[in-house]
Amino acid sequence: MPKIGVLALQGDFREHIEMLKKCKIDAAEIRLPEDLKDVDGLIIPGGESTVIGNLMQIHSLDKEIIKKYKMGMAIYGTCAGAILLAKYIAGSSQPRLNLLDISVKRNDYGRQIDSFESELNIDGIGKFNGIFIRAPVIKKARNGIKVLSKLGNKPVLVRQNNILASTFHPELTNDKRVHEYFIELADKTS
Amino acid sequence: MLKGGVIMDVVTAEQAKIAEKAGAAAVMALERVPADIRKTGGVARMADPLKIKEIMNVVSIPVMAKCRIGHIAEARVLEALGVDYIDESEVLTPADEKHVNKHDFKVPFVCGCRNLGEALRRINEGAAMIRTKGEAGTGNIIEAVRHIRAVKEETEALQSMNQKQLNEKSKEHKVPVELLIQAKNLKRLPVVNFAAGGVATPADAALMMLLGCDGIFVGSGIFKSQKPYEMAKAVVEATTNFNNPKLIAKVSEGLGDAMKGLDIKELDIRLQERGN
Repeated sequence: MPKIGVLALQGDFREHIEMLKKCKIDAAEIRLPEDLKDVDGLIIPGGESTVIGNLMQIHSLDKEIIKKYKMGMAIYGTCAGAILLAKYIAGSSQPRLNLLDISVKRNDYGRQIDSFESELNIDGIGKFNGIFIRAPVIKKARNGIKVLSKLGNKPVLVRQNNILASTFHPELTNDKRVHEYFIELADKTS
Repeated sequence: MLKGGVIMDVVTAEQAKIAEKAGAAAVMALERVPADIRKTGGVARMADPLKIKEIMNVVSIPVMAKCRIGHIAEARVLEALGVDYIDESEVLTPADEKHVNKHDFKVPFVCGCRNLGEALRRINEGAAMIRTKGEAGTGNIIEAVRHIRAVKEETEALQSMNQKQLNEKSKEHKVPVELLIQAKNLKRLPVVNFAAGGVATPADAALMMLLGCDGIFVGSGIFKSQKPYEMAKAVVEATTNFNNPKLIAKVSEGLGDAMKGLDIKELDIRLQERGN
């Protein structure tokens, strides 16, 4: 089994850890660069992307994540995690990892009150309940990025090599299939 | 998604920007911070909608605002403004003996509690998030500690109760027994539980996280301190790294004076006694 870490700076990292437990993975909480040692796959949870981005920079955790990614570590970002992976964030210069060739717009479905659930169809997985909370919208995904699921005509789950990003929250469901998909990805690249 | 984050009271758009830059997971838009509400007295009400809108316009993080306990009309106004959460708060002067029926609203509510009964009554009314009441505007953490401990100990006590005892508790707390069973099975409240009321330093935030809170509200503690931006940043870092005393020591260095604070015994008004 690959070693999976969950970025535990802010957000719903506990829910990801619980979900990984259901997949028989004992995940590590990642707060400092040294916590990333031996990690094959990193999950960046939902939360506030500005908060997580700021905290990532303080101890150069961002640099360590990028370094580990280049050495083959897989990364999965949900919601705020997807924003932090993106190269382009509309109207914002906030800190980010700059690894995934997508352009996102934050809170593009609206405010808290506009949060919603919608049934998705995911390539290779099937029907999945998508929970969207103040979710970003992926406005553009560069060629070569696999779009694994769409809502309307907008990608909601994408993959670029060993990076996975979703604008919805599988960790808030009881459905572990997206996490299993990621574990497999991390296992292949480990 | 506020978990593990710090929610900061702000009274201007300028302060909201500082809070966001320092790493706030949300801001609470207010007319006056609790320390000033205490000082000025009079009736404390919902903030001016114009001020709330100004704050909503300058930050990308969620914006909360407070309504008076039981003030359905203020709550409707805040919902219409599009705030992300409503805090039905004892810090403002109550408008009713009864709380708002929060099930009637689409916008999520946060409410204060001093013990398990208050927490479950608020959840039963539809609160999506709970916080300790603490004693707002004092910069004194003792009441918030008392309240989180009460919730924890009363939840632990559920573990050894049989159905008959749970039924009795449900009568005592005036909540459906199902909620007590839920708390018993989860070994915690069925919604997130944040700390509030008296957090004034990074170590205060870490203390509340160590006691099992899911995140932190800081009211007067940021903008009544000598160096608000530095204090805000340090509280955020201490909340994330609550288990790392060396790091908390480092971020606590040279922050200047924290808010002065008040002894609970010398208070004229105990805000926590509002709304049971």
